[in-house]
Amino acid sequence: MTEETTTALPVGAMDTRASGWWAMIFTVFTEAALFAYLLFSYYYLAAQPHLPGSFPEGGPPSLTLALPNTIILILSSVAVAWAQLGIERGSRGRLVLGLGIGALLGLIFLVVQGFEWADKPFPLSSTPYSSLYFVVTGFHMAHVVVGVLMLLALTWWSALGYFNSRRFAPIHIGALYWHFVDVVWLLVFFTFYLTPHLGLSS
Amino acid sequence: MTTADYERAPHVGPGTPSHAEKLERIWETAPGFYGWLATVDHKKIGIRYIVTAFAFLVAGGIEALVFRVQLAWSEMHLLTPEQYDQMFTMHGMTMIFLYAGPILSGFSNYLWPLLLGARDMALPRLNAVSYWIYLFAGIFLYASFAIGFGPNVGWFNYVPLAARAYNNGPNIDMYGLGMILLGISTTVGSINFIVTFLRLRCPGMSINRVPILIWGTLTASAANIFAIPAVSLAFLLLWMDRNVGTHFFDVGAGGSALLWQHLFWMFGHPWVYAIVLPAMGMVSDGLPVFCRRPLVGYTAVALATIATMVLGFGVWVHHMFATGLPGVSLGFFSAASIIIAVPSAVGVFAWLATIWTGRPVFTTPFLFFASFIVLFTIGGVSGFMTGSVPVDWQLTDTYFVVAHLHYVLIGINVFPVVGAIYFWFPKFTGRMMDERLGRWNFWTMFIGFNLGFFPMHISGLLGMPRRVYTYGEGMGWDWLNLVTTLGSFLFAAGVLLFFWNAIRSLKHGVTAGDNPWDAPTLEWATTSPPPPYNFAVIPKVATRHPLWEDRLDSGQGAEQSRIHAGMALAHGREALGTTPVDAMPNVILKMPGDTLVPMYLALSMTVIAVGLALVNWWVVVVGGACTTASILAWLWPQARLGETAEPARETADD
Ligand code: HEM
Repeated sequence: MTEETTTALPVGAMDTRASGWWAMIFTVFTEAALFAYLLFSYYYLAAQPHLPGSFPEGGPPSLTLALPNTIILILSSVAVAWAQLGIERGSRGRLVLGLGIGALLGLIFLVVQGFEWADKPFPLSSTPYSSLYFVVTGFHMAHVVVGVLMLLALTWWSALGYFNSRRFAPIHIGALYWHFVDVVWLLVFFTFYLTPHLGLSS
Repeated sequence: MTTADYERAPHVGPGTPSHAEKLERIWETAPGFYGWLATVDHKKIGIRYIVTAFAFLVAGGIEALVFRVQLAWSEMHLLTPEQYDQMFTMHGMTMIFLYAGPILSGFSNYLWPLLLGARDMALPRLNAVSYWIYLFAGIFLYASFAIGFGPNVGWFNYVPLAARAYNNGPNIDMYGLGMILLGISTTVGSINFIVTFLRLRCPGMSINRVPILIWGTLTASAANIFAIPAVSLAFLLLWMDRNVGTHFFDVGAGGSALLWQHLFWMFGHPWVYAIVLPAMGMVSDGLPVFCRRPLVGYTAVALATIATMVLGFGVWVHHMFATGLPGVSLGFFSAASIIIAVPSAVGVFAWLATIWTGRPVFTTPFLFFASFIVLFTIGGVSGFMTGSVPVDWQLTDTYFVVAHLHYVLIGINVFPVVGAIYFWFPKFTGRMMDERLGRWNFWTMFIGFNLGFFPMHISGLLGMPRRVYTYGEGMGWDWLNLVTTLGSFLFAAGVLLFFWNAIRSLKHGVTAGDNPWDAPTLEWATTSPPPPYNFAVIPKVATRHPLWEDRLDSGQGAEQSRIHAGMALAHGREALGTTPVDAMPNVILKMPGDTLVPMYLALSMTVIAVGLALVNWWVVVVGGACTTASILAWLWPQARLGETAEPARETADD
């Protein structure tokens, strides 16, 4: 039935033309909104009257673990970005390695967060602050868990040779989510760890 | 591997019968029970949404009729106060969340790809999962009511009444968890609409050529992805307050009850617009067909749609005028609530002008669409009144508000929806609905509705509070309430006539043909009902009304739309991806076919919700593991979908 032909078009899930890429952008929007509401709840409750020293409970939180951990998370984003550039240049080795390192650093972040939680002198049910602290950081950790699972799956698929320099949309889609999870941490970190040192406490 | 493996110049030509046959084989859903569970066809999913939403309309309607009997006269004792509370809460929740939103998703699911000249939604599996979660969430939300512990503190579920101390049963937890599930369904559905809008418009359909329904659903979807997290979060925090001892809303422990109200209404008010804007879109597209002319002020109406939504995010506090907030905040939100009348008025004037300057044909859909304008105006005026703080202080929590919200919701949702069924029924089924019965249907609903709900304005002004299970003899509200109850039953009888007409017409309706109303948009270029692949070749449009070009833009070498010749795309399930603004061909997308994974995923997520309701962590873990497995199976890269390095094998015969 060939009467005329048009110019050639790419076929399938190609780079940012994949529908999944667009879907992930809007997933990130809705997740960002979720964290915005979480942080809104924090600031809203912070602005209510509290007993002295109960917001944050036990005074401004220590940065000893949280700061290095933040750096670990940023590094994992860098590793993933390095993997992304790698596959665009056709290097499958770099892809597998970068994603693997990214996942590993994500796991380390989770372990350190576990210590941070165990260190807290208050339980979840102590005050509004303790509720906020565990729930908001818990929400973020849940996102890290999802992200690590995603990176592990991508590492595995990359090792199986599923991707090359033209077909790598799933990598970019997963990476977008991972970078988002890292950026959100910066906001959570700023809110919980820095603002009390800047004077937002009672 | 060469570049050529990943590229192809699509064949362009007329859609021959053998080509259509081939597409039919590629696109049709598998027969039998498997196909029923596994389909990703947007038309099947759309119809399911519509049927399910109507079932919930009936449920919510029966609840309303029961409590209308209770209220028909003073001091009646059909229902106990507790039963009454559950009834009106279930009624509000059902109507707002299980009927009004999903019914519009149903229409949009069915119509979008047809209006846009596409073969399916951008993410067909996501579409399936969105329906299944909706269904399971609906069942979940009704489960606690069925065992006698329905939610009982109103659909906006205010704390502290919703806290453990005052509500010890499973009711509030089931409500909250069901809402979170439903929120996931709506969110993924909204993402699907946005991506479809950006990627699947046929060539030539630049953004100033899409039908208004598309604008309505698109704006609602954009709002949803920002608004829904607020309510999902609020319900999750409440679940934790109730079950694991957190103190978000617990005032005694330093939490805040108003935090609930903020989070709820930051979602709630945008949601109210989300359940009316697509319905207004259906009127904007349907009404002009019966005025035999294009809509007056297309651009103004499209922009007004967006403006309404943007302002809609700035008015949530008008639900909280009576909570003792600071005056500045009241002033700001009151102004926003009053300004929002402006874009609404733009719509009203555009519809009126369309009727005025057109040649109206008084069919049943026209009656429904035109009456919507009247009801919307009445509901708009009463809304505008309560947007003003002093008036609101007088009227809040009275029947005036009940009258307002029904004029808005029934006027802007139910009337357009029923009209839209009359209008698109021939496309859905291939048969026309009965016109004579249609008129009876319309007049019964219209008279019943006004008889039932207009007097509520007066009982409200006389001071009758909402949410009371009965009232004293000497209040002087008896006659008004009796009229309201009679009107309610008349309205319900009208709705029954509508269902009767639809069911009867399925078998006995007159055969419709492709375009029975002589309408201008692409869905009417397909057969009725459309084939599984919608369009044998990808159309290319040149105007907003491709099927009216011969009479509207004739002569002077005006560019013409081309519908029966175009890209063939038949190397497996394929759709054309285009650029977001100008809709230029951009990529050939490989589309997924029948699969059970979406249903498994929805089931697994429901299992998590059940586990949380029982506070049984084992069930939660099992649900979580199944969810992870389903997602992994879903995302596993497939060569057939062009997701891996291996080039998809092309079939030889073209
Ligand atoms: C036969 C049709 C209907 C009748 C007779 C009816 C009647 C009523 C009445 C009398 C109330 C007030 C209950 C009270 O405050 O004690 C009410 C509340 C409500 N109705 Fe309807 N209604 C009908 C249909 C609808 C529809 C179609 C919608 C939405 C699309 C709707 C949405 C609501 C909502 C949101 C509330 C507020 C519930 C609450 O206070 O929590 N209703 N209805």
